Order: sequence, then structure tokens, then C-alpha cells
Amino acid sequence: MNTNVSLTLPAPTAKVEAIERSPGFWSGVIAKLMRDPVALGACAVLFALILIAVFAHQLVPSDPYQTSMIKRLKPIGFDGFPLGTDELGRDMLSRLMLGTRLSLFMGITPVLIAFVIGSGIGILAGYAGGLINTLIMRTIDILYAFPSVLLAIALSGALGAGIGNALLSLTIVFIPQIARVAESVTTQVRGRDYVEAARASGARPFTIVRVHVLGNVLGPIFVFATSLIAVSMILASGLSFLGLGVRPPEPEWGLMLNTLRTAIYTQPWVAALPGVMIFITSISFNLLSDSLRSAMDVKS
Amino acid sequence: MSIGISIDHIGAATGGDRGGPAQPLLTVNRLVKHFDLKKSFIETLIGGGKVVRAVDGVDFRIMKGETLGVVGESGCGKSTTARLLMHLIAPSAGEIVFDGETVGSPALPLREYRRQVQMVFQDSYSSLNPRLTIQDSIAFGPQVHGVPKIESISRARDLLARVGLEPRRFAGRYPHELSGGQRQRVNIARALASKPRLVILDEAVSALDKSVEAQVLNLLMDLKDEFGLTYLFISHDLHVVRYISDRVMVMYLGKVAETGPAEAVFEQPLHPYTRALLSSMPSMDPDHRTEEAALVGDPPNPIDPPPGCRFHTRCPQAEAICARTVPSLEATDGRETACLIHEPGSGHSRADAVIYAA
Repeated sequence: MNTNVSLTLPAPTAKVEAIERSPGFWSGVIAKLMRDPVALGACAVLFALILIAVFAHQLVPSDPYQTSMIKRLKPIGFDGFPLGTDELGRDMLSRLMLGTRLSLFMGITPVLIAFVIGSGIGILAGYAGGLINTLIMRTIDILYAFPSVLLAIALSGALGAGIGNALLSLTIVFIPQIARVAESVTTQVRGRDYVEAARASGARPFTIVRVHVLGNVLGPIFVFATSLIAVSMILASGLSFLGLGVRPPEPEWGLMLNTLRTAIYTQPWVAALPGVMIFITSISFNLLSDSLRSAMDVKS
Repeated sequence: MSIGISIDHIGAATGGDRGGPAQPLLTVNRLVKHFDLKKSFIETLIGGGKVVRAVDGVDFRIMKGETLGVVGESGCGKSTTARLLMHLIAPSAGEIVFDGETVGSPALPLREYRRQVQMVFQDSYSSLNPRLTIQDSIAFGPQVHGVPKIESISRARDLLARVGLEPRRFAGRYPHELSGGQRQRVNIARALASKPRLVILDEAVSALDKSVEAQVLNLLMDLKDEFGLTYLFISHDLHVVRYISDRVMVMYLGKVAETGPAEAVFEQPLHPYTRALLSSMPSMDPDHRTEEAALVGDPPNPIDPPPGCRFHTRCPQAEAICARTVPSLEATDGRETACLIHEPGSGHSRADAVIYAA
């Protein structure tokens, strides 16, 4: 009926004239982040790391796989090796740079997948409420009951070593955590008057979630997820350290930390370098997520 | 293009008057809402457990084109009644009849009912989605009911202009950029966007400061005439209710104490509770300062309401009979009151010698 009516209307009646538009929510968030020196610093570091990861093969000063029995475990600043060499005489700087690839990949991918799946589960549970909520959340709690490190190791151990299985087990570790946050945020938003008003207007649950719930819950969930990237990197490094993640000779920071542990008494500074990289990356993600949280607070 | 024309396009087939002016727009029969308290494990097993009797058998009618004011202390069930009428919560028992059709019946499905009844909430901030622009918030309701997007947006702008917010300046803004009074105007525009017949105003002006409150009240009265609306106006502010209402309903502890034309109820309250409530109104004239003691203490707990008349624990005219007999809502001269004093032969000592001007 409505389409017929609108067809018979003279076309320009519903013309939309120009109005003043306020900047949207996300452009406001970005503007606030641009004024936050900590956020800018963290972004700069992460941007540099991503550049290194993308162009690693072009940027490395020497072949990261080239071993040398003579030049094993040389100190930082050794001729031709600015950050020394590892236990097989490979260039540390090149390996750290190439390691950025796998370490970032292992840090971000499981969180990204878990963000999509966990948000879906949590929003469904939170909006449905009642029995559905209880069923979903108690199931999630079973997974949540295991310490995340233990769960990741157990799953990886059961699935077998390899990057794919490590990613899968990390994703499974993060889904319950993200689902919990998503559920609690959604439960809060569901009780707001604008959701009531939307229900009162006769909108279907799917429409209400799409228009009124998603925009208000994805922000907080996203902030939580960015803070998990650091955890994911450390867990992935841990799995590699145990031999469950990346396999040699591929460089990955966790794995490098593992193989260099025997050199801790002979070349402690070189042995600590992969740990320093993990630290710098994870703290950058954490600082960025903190800044994002305060930038998304509308009333401030 | 005027709003009237733009709205008529979709109003032609749906809505519209059915029963004529004599038929009440809304009739509520024995509406009950009991909230379960958290049960212990044993109570879950054997059944039972306590309930909060938030709304406990409420009957009333709203005539077409009138404003029914609802007053009562906090916790008396005003807001629960509003949410029941909106079907935001399911009633435990009772029936809502809208213009002759039972809500939820095949003749009037819930979705269609919801287009014809809209609500304005008290908290103007939390009732607008912070991520949507004002025009998107207003246009959402019509879009749900199949109005094309571009038409719903232009209707939203017409309504913004009608509630006194210049569309060019305000349509693209977000709720946090507006003042409380402006936001409440937006909420009113949103309620009107799906062309309702009944608008429930739940403490809609209570959070506004006095000067803005008066403007919004006058706006509401203008809109009522212009769109032929019917209002259910819930407020704890007796002055405002007297100003805006045609009829008044007084609630006490989940039940209706008294209903009647606003002036009659305010001039000659029948129910002792209404009298007590009105005596708490501050008077502008020092000579009319009320000496009568206002209500003392809090209302009884709705989990274990007193037996008999619910007001007998605080009523200055209560007698032994009041603790035993539940008064029914008796109609006299277009007014209704639930008090044994006004129920001939009820056993109350003042029942027979009833003087309305008491």
C-alpha cells in the first residue's frame, strides 16, 4: 500500500533539504584520540611495527635464516650485527623484524575472530535474556572456569602443534571472555528507555538490535578486545615457547625467547630482546585501548 | 507540506476511529501485575513465594479526546500501569480494550496497537539513542511500520518544526548536544511520528525546570488539539495534573482510590486518601493554609498489603470494618470512589450519613 501511495505523490514533496550535521560519534572519537599524546605515541609505535611486518623482507639488513657457527651469540653492537646474533649465529635484528609478522598475526587474528563470534553470542544472550541467557552464559562459564593459559595449552596440545591450531585454541580462549563483556553491556543497554521506546513502536527484535543495540555495545566490546591483543600475543608466544605454535626456523618472538633461554648467562641482553619487543607491542595495544575507552565516553 | 497531509497518506487504511465518540478509547478491566520476588530453592520446589502486588486489579476508562491524569505516591503503580498499557511488560491478568477491540486479539494485533499508542518517558536523555541523530530517532517508528525512509525523514523534520525545534539546526544533531527541554520536545515528536491516537506521558515534564515545564505543557495541549490526541498523563505534581487533566484518577498501593472530573476531584475529594494527598499541595494563599495533618509515614509494603481497604492503616476515618471489607469502586454522579464511607450499607458508621462536601 505504501509504495503505491508514494508513487502517486508528486516526487519532490519528500525532498531532503540541507541541514546542519553534527560530527558523528566516530569522528568525535578520532578527534579526541588526536589530542591524546599517549594514544598518538602508541599508534605511531604500532604503525611502525605494521610497516616493518609488511615490508620485512625488503627491510631486513641481512638474511634472517643465514646461520654461522663462528658468529654464535655475539653481543649487541657486534660488527655487522647491530643487535647481536642468536644461538645459531643468525642476525637478531633481521629475525626480530621478520618475527613482527607472525607475532602480530598471532596477536590480532584470534582476537578478531573471537570479537565477531563472542559479540554475536553475548549480544544474543544479553538481548534475549531469561532462559536463553542462562543456557548460553552457563555454557560459556564452563570454558571460562579454566585459566586462559592452561586452556590454550590444553587445546593446542590436544589439537597438535602448528600455527592454525594455535590460532584456533587462542580463539576459543577469547570467545568466552568477549561474550561475557558483550552480554553485560547488552543487558545494560537493553534496559534503557530508548530500547523500550523502540519496542513500544512495534519494531522486531532484530531491527532493534541492529539500529539501537549494536551501535551502543560494539564500542565497549571493541575496547575490551583491543586489550586482549596483548594477552593474545603473550599467549601465542607462550605456545611457541612450549613448541606448540610456530615451528623453527620461522622467527617468532615467543619462539626466539625459548631458543635463547640457554644463553641467558652468556648474552643476557640479546636473550632479552624478543621479550622487549613483546613488551613494547603489548603495552602499545594496552595504552591505545585505554585512550580509546576514555575517548568513547560521550559525556566527557 | 503540512503535517496533516503527510500523515494522512498512511493513516488512511489503518487506525482511525471505529466505535464513535461515545465509546471509550481505552478500557482497562481488572488489570493485574504481580512481580515475583526472588524465590528460595524450596519455594521454587513447592510453589508459592511472595509477589509484589504492583498493580492489583485496576479498572478505568479513557474517553476519546480527553486527558486522564493519574496521581499517587511513588510506588502506587502509576508507572507499572503505563508500562502495562504499552505492553512493555506482560500483565499477570486483566484485559485492555482499545476502541472496542481487545488488544492482542486478531482484530487488533499487538503491532498495530503499538502504532496507535505511544509513550513519552521521564528521562529525556536515556530515552534517546545517543548514536542516532535526532531525525533518525524520530523517523525510526514510522520506518518500522513501512514508511519509506525519505518520507519518514521529511515527516520527522515537519514534526521537529511543530514542536518548536528548527529542523535545519536540530535534525542532524545528537541527543547530548541538546538541553533537557529540547530533548523532551524531541521525545514528544518521536511519539507523534507514528501518528498515535493515545499518548502516555509518564512523568514527561517532571524532570524539567518550571519555565520549560510550562512551555512543554502548553505545547502538549496544542498538539492534542491539532492531532486529535488522547492523553494519559502520569505525574506526582498535583498542580500540573490539575492544569492539564480533564479527569483524574487517584491510585493508592496498586488500586484505584478515586476517579472523576479534575475540578470536582480537586474541589471536593471523596476518598480520604485523595483529601490527604490534596492537603499536601502547598497553597499560594496564606489564608487557605491547610491545618489538616498531611499523610504520615510511608505507604505499606505492596508485598503484604493490608487486608480490607488498603488505606485503613493511615486513614483518619478508618473503623474496624475497613480492615475486613475491601471497598469496591462505586459510581456516583460521574465519579467513582473506593471507600466504605461512600458505599451505602457497608457497615461504616458514616456510610449512611454521607455528605459529599465533607
